[in-house]
Amino acid sequence: MILVWLIIVLLSGGMLCWITARWRPMAAKWIALCAVLADLAILLNIWLQYGKGVQAGTGTWMIQYQTAWIPSFGISFHVAIDGLSLILLLLTFFLGTLAVLCSWKEIKSRAGFYYFNLLWTLAGISGVFVALDLFLFYFFWEVMLVPMYLLILIWGDKNRRYAAYKFFIFTQAGGLLMLLSILSLYFIHGAQSGSYSYDYFSLLNTQLEPAAAKWIMMGFMIAFVIKLPMVPFHSWLPDAHSEAPTAGSLILAGLLLKTGAYGIIRFVLPLFHQAAVDIAWWAMLFGVIGIIYGALMAFAQTDIKRLIAYTSVSHMGFVLTGIFAFREIAMQGVVMQIVTHGISTGALFVLAGMIKERLHTRDISQMGGLWTSMPAMGGVAMLFTMASLGLPVLGNFIAEFLILMGTFQANVLLTVLASTGLVFSALYSLRMMQKVFLGPVTSGEKLTDITAREMIILATLSIAIILLGLYPQTVMDVVLSKK
Amino acid sequence: MQEILFLIPALPLMGFLILSLAGRHLSKQVIAVVGAGVVCIAAITTIWLGINFLQTPQENGAYTVTLWRWMNVANFSCSFSLRVDALSLVFLFVITFVGALIHIYSAGFMKQDRDYARFFASMNLFVCAMLILVMADNLVLLYLGWEGVGLCSYLLIGFWYETTANVQAANKAFYITRIGDTAMAIGLFLLFRELGTLDIPAIQNAAPEHFTKSSPLITSIALLLLAGGMGKSAQVPLQTWLPDAMAGPSPVSALIHAATMVTAGVYLVARMHAVFQLSPLAMNITATVGAVTLLIAGCSAMVQTDIKRILAYSTISQVGYMFLALGVGAWSAGVFHFFTHAFFKALLFLAAGAVIESLHHEHGIFKMGGLKNKLPIVFYTFLAGAAALAALPLVTAGFFSKDQILWYAWSANGGSPMLWFVALAGAFITAFYTTRLMLVVFWGDVKTHIGEPPGRLMTWPLIILAVLSIVAGFIEWPHNMLHVTLFSDVVQKVLPAVTEKEGVPSESIFQLIAVVVTLLGIYTGYLLYKKNASIVAKWKLVSALVGLRNFFFSGWRFDQFYHTLFVRPFVFVTSLNKQDVIDKIYAGIVSMFQWLNGIFSVSQNGSMRTYVISVLIGIIFILALQFFL
Amino acid sequence: MQSYSVLVVAAILFVLGLLGVLTRRNIIFILISIEIMLNAAGVAFVAAGARWGQPDGQVMFLFILAMAASEVSVGLALVMQVYHQHKTLDVSKLNNLKDDIDV
Repeated sequence: MILVWLIIVLLSGGMLCWITARWRPMAAKWIALCAVLADLAILLNIWLQYGKGVQAGTGTWMIQYQTAWIPSFGISFHVAIDGLSLILLLLTFFLGTLAVLCSWKEIKSRAGFYYFNLLWTLAGISGVFVALDLFLFYFFWEVMLVPMYLLILIWGDKNRRYAAYKFFIFTQAGGLLMLLSILSLYFIHGAQSGSYSYDYFSLLNTQLEPAAAKWIMMGFMIAFVIKLPMVPFHSWLPDAHSEAPTAGSLILAGLLLKTGAYGIIRFVLPLFHQAAVDIAWWAMLFGVIGIIYGALMAFAQTDIKRLIAYTSVSHMGFVLTGIFAFREIAMQGVVMQIVTHGISTGALFVLAGMIKERLHTRDISQMGGLWTSMPAMGGVAMLFTMASLGLPVLGNFIAEFLILMGTFQANVLLTVLASTGLVFSALYSLRMMQKVFLGPVTSGEKLTDITAREMIILATLSIAIILLGLYPQTVMDVVLSKK
Repeated sequence: MQEILFLIPALPLMGFLILSLAGRHLSKQVIAVVGAGVVCIAAITTIWLGINFLQTPQENGAYTVTLWRWMNVANFSCSFSLRVDALSLVFLFVITFVGALIHIYSAGFMKQDRDYARFFASMNLFVCAMLILVMADNLVLLYLGWEGVGLCSYLLIGFWYETTANVQAANKAFYITRIGDTAMAIGLFLLFRELGTLDIPAIQNAAPEHFTKSSPLITSIALLLLAGGMGKSAQVPLQTWLPDAMAGPSPVSALIHAATMVTAGVYLVARMHAVFQLSPLAMNITATVGAVTLLIAGCSAMVQTDIKRILAYSTISQVGYMFLALGVGAWSAGVFHFFTHAFFKALLFLAAGAVIESLHHEHGIFKMGGLKNKLPIVFYTFLAGAAALAALPLVTAGFFSKDQILWYAWSANGGSPMLWFVALAGAFITAFYTTRLMLVVFWGDVKTHIGEPPGRLMTWPLIILAVLSIVAGFIEWPHNMLHVTLFSDVVQKVLPAVTEKEGVPSESIFQLIAVVVTLLGIYTGYLLYKKNASIVAKWKLVSALVGLRNFFFSGWRFDQFYHTLFVRPFVFVTSLNKQDVIDKIYAGIVSMFQWLNGIFSVSQNGSMRTYVISVLIGIIFILALQFFL
Repeated sequence: MQSYSVLVVAAILFVLGLLGVLTRRNIIFILISIEIMLNAAGVAFVAAGARWGQPDGQVMFLFILAMAASEVSVGLALVMQVYHQHKTLDVSKLNNLKDDIDV
C-alpha cells in the first residue's frame, strides 16, 4: 500500500498545486517540494528497512500490493518493488526534488499548472518503475508522456512546438506498438491458460512460438529503444532536451530515458528470454553504434543543450550494449550507468540551464572564459565533464568499466569498438569545457557565480556522483537482491 | 606501520579539499603553507615508512592495507587497498620528496598569480593521484590514479586557461593519453577474462602458470598495457603531447612532465614485469619503442629554441632510455634511471622556470645569454643538472644510471648491438644539446633585461636538487668499478635480476666508448656554439640542412601528420553531419506526408460542382460494379 | 411499356437537372435545377406506383412535394444570407471551405 501512496502523493500534490496557484502562485512550488520530499522520505525509509536485509530474506520482492482494478478484463492494480525498482525510485525522487528546486526561479508563468505537470510526470515515472501489471504499466507509460509533452510545449524554448510534437509522436508510436504486443501476449496467454490476465507473473508462464515471441518482443523493444534512445531512433531526443525547460531536461535525461532501460530489463529479458538472446548481437551492435554516433554528433554541436543531449545518446549506448551482453558484471554496470548517467547528465543540464539564465543563449560559440567570473560553477562543471568522460572516482567510471568488462567476455570486437567511446567522450567533453569555461573571456557583462539555492542543487549532485564512484557497492548490494 | 599507509595519499587529498573548497577565502600565505605543507608531511611520512620498511623486511615484501571494499560483482572484486613494496617505495620517495621541493619552489614561483589556490589544489590532487597510482594493490585502483594524474596534468597544462593555445595543449595531452589509457583498459579486460582477477600480486603469481610463454594472448596483453604506458610516458608514436604540455607553469613541467607522471609508463611496465617477461616479443617492442623514441626526441631537442621545449624533448628521450632498459630486461637499471632523472630533470625545469621568470617570461634561448654572472645560483644548479643530463662521467648521477643502460642494451638477454648503438648515439646527442643549451643561455652577451633574481623559496629547492643530481648516483656503481649496489639490492626484491648474455666484451670497453662519445658530444656543442659559431652560420645557407633542421624542429612532422590523418577528417566528418543525417530521414517522412496532403487536398477545393461530379462518378462506379460483377 | 417511357422521361429530366447543377454558377439556377431533379424523381415514383398498382408511389410524390417546398424555403433563406455576406451568388467564388495546407 505504501507504494500506492507514493503515487497518490504525487498525483494529489499536482492537483493541489494547480488549484492553489489560482489564489497563491507562490504556494505551488512549496507544495510540489513537500510532495517530492515526502516521497523521498518514504522511500529512504523503505531503503533502510529492506536495503540490507533482502539478501537473506525469502523473496526478491520487497513490497507487493495487488488489488483488482477492472477484474472483467483481468486487469489488476499490481505494484511491487525489488532492488532495481528501489534504486530507480530513489533516483526518481532525488532528481525530482532537484527538478522542483531548479524550477524555483525559472518558471514564472502558470506556475501551478507547471508543477502539476512536473509532479504528474514523476508520478508516471514512478508508476512505471513499480507496475507489475502490463496494462497498468502501459497506463503509467502514457501518464508520464502527456504532462512531459505539455512541459515542453508550454514552458520550452523558441522551437518548443516542433520539439514537443516530435517527442510525442516518437514515444507514442513506440507506445502503440507496445500496446499491440501487450494485447497479443494477453490473448495468447488467455487462449493457452483459459484465464485472461495482464499480470506479470501469469504472463511469464506464456509459451510462445519462437517466431511469435520474436515479433511480440520487437513491439516491446521498439518502444523501449525509442525511449532509451537507440540510434537510429534517437532524433527526438536532441530537440526535446534542448527545448525543454531545465527541469524538463533534467527529468528527460535523468529519468525518462531510464524507463526504456528498465523496461528491457524488467519485461523483455524475462518474458522473451530466448528471443532476446537471439537478437543480442544486433542489440549490442546498435548499442555500439549509438556510443560512437552519439559521441561524434556531440562533438559537432554548438548548442550546449544539444551537445549534452547527444552525449546521452552515447552513454545510453553503453546501457544497451551492457544489457545484451548477458553477463552479471555488465548488468550491474548497466544499473550503475542508469543511476550515474541520470546524475551526471542531469547536472550538466542544470548547469546549462544556469548558464542560459545568465547569458540568455545556448550557443557555445558565444561563451568562453566563464571560469574567470564563475569559478565555483566552473569547478562543478569540470567535475561533471570529467564524470561524463568516465573519470575514475566518479560514478560513471564504475558503470562504464563494469559494462565493458562484462561485454568483453561476450564479444571482444564490439567491446573494443565500444571502448573507443572513451576516447570520443574525452573529445566532446573537453571541447565543451574549453568553449564554455576556458579560453579568452568573451562576455563583457558581469556574471554572478552560483547562488545558495544553486549551490545546494549542485553540491548534492556532486556528492552523489563522488559517493557512487567510491562506494558503488551500496547500489550493487541493493540491486543484487534481484537475482 | 602499515596502518599509516593511507596517510600518504590522504594528506595531499586533504590539501586539495581544503584549497578547492575554501581556497578563495584564504590568504596566500595560508594557501602556500597548506599546499606545500601537506606534501612535506607526506614526504616525511614516506621517508619514515621507508626506513621502517628497509629495517624490518615484511614476509611478503610489502606493506598492505585494505581501506574498503570497492566493487564486488559476480566473480569480480576489487578493493581500495594500498600496497607498498620496494618498487613502489622508490616511486613514493621521488613523488613526495621531489614533489615537496617543487611545492616549496612553487610557493615562490607562483606568488604573483591570481589563482594561487587553484594551482596548489591541482598540484595536491596530482600528488594524491600519483601516489594512489604507485600504491595501488590492484589494476583498477592503479587505473584510477592513472586517469587522475591525467586529469591533473590537463588542469595544470591549461592552468592559464585564458590563452586558447594553452587550453588546446591541455586538451591534446588529455586526448592522446586517453588513447593509450583506452588501450590499457582493454588490456585490463583481457587480463580479467583470462585470470579472473586484477589484483597485482595475484596476477604476478597466476600469469606464469596460466599463459604459455610468448603466446599471442600474453603478447597482446603486454602490448595493450605498453600502449597505455606509451601514452602517459610520451613514447613514439604517442609523444606529441609532451612538448605542447610546456604551456603549463614551470613547476608543473618539473613535477608532472619530468619527474613523476611521464614515468608512470615505466612504473606500469616494471610493475607488470611478470606479464612482460612472458612475451619476448613485447619486450623487444618495448626496447625498440624506447630506442626509437630516444633518438627521435633527441634529434628534435638539438634544434629547439624554446628552453622548455628542449627540456621536454630531452625528457621524452630520457624516458625512452628507461623503456629501452626495461625492454632488454634490465629492470632495475630502468628504474634507477627514473630515480636519477627525476632529480636532475626536475632541477632543470625549476631552474629554467627561474630563468624564464627573471627574464620576464622569455622562453627563447637565443634571446637569453650571459646569465652566468647575473644569476649565479641558478647557473650553478643548472650546471649540475645539465652535467647529470649529459652524463658527465663519475661526478654526476646521470652517468651511473645511463651507463648501466648502455651496457645492458648490449649485454642483457634482450639486448643487441643495434640497441646499444642507438643508445650510444642518443648519449652523443644528449651531451650535444645539453652543451648547446648551457652555452647559449648562460654564456655570451646579455640580450634581455634581467629582472629580480629568484627568492629563497625558489633557490633552496634548486640547491637540494642539484646536490642530489650529483650524489644520487653513488648508491649504485658499475660492477667493474666499485661493489656498491644499494639501489638494485632494494629494487630486486621485487624486480627480477638482469640475465646477461655469454661472450660479451668487457664492460670497461663499453664504459670507455660511452665516456668518449659523451665528451665528444660536449666538445661538438662547444665547437659549434662557443668556439667557432661561424660553422652554424655556414650551415644555415645549405638548404638541405635547413630542411633537416625544420624537420627536427617540428618534431619529425608528427603533429602535421596526425593533423592531416586524424584531426582534419574527424572534424570534417563531424561538422558535415552536424545536422544529423538520421534526423533527415524523419524529416523526409514528414515532408512525404505534407506532399501527400497537398495532393489530396486538391479534391477539397471548396467548389460544389467538383463535389457533385465526384459523387456522380462514385454512383456510376458503384452501378458499373453492379453490372460487371 | 408505358411506365418504361415515363421512366425515360424521368431520366432525361434528371440528367437535365444534373447538368444544370453542374454547369450553372448562380445559386438560384442551381436550386431550380435541383427542383427539376426532385421532380424527375417524383415522376419516377408515380410511374413505378402505376406499374405495380400501388398507391405508395403517389404518396411518395406528395412527400417529395412537401419536402421540395420546405427545401426551397430554407435554401432561398440561405441564398439571401450568402448574398448578404459575400455580395455574390457565384458558387465558384464561394469556396471558403477549401482547405489550404500551408497554414
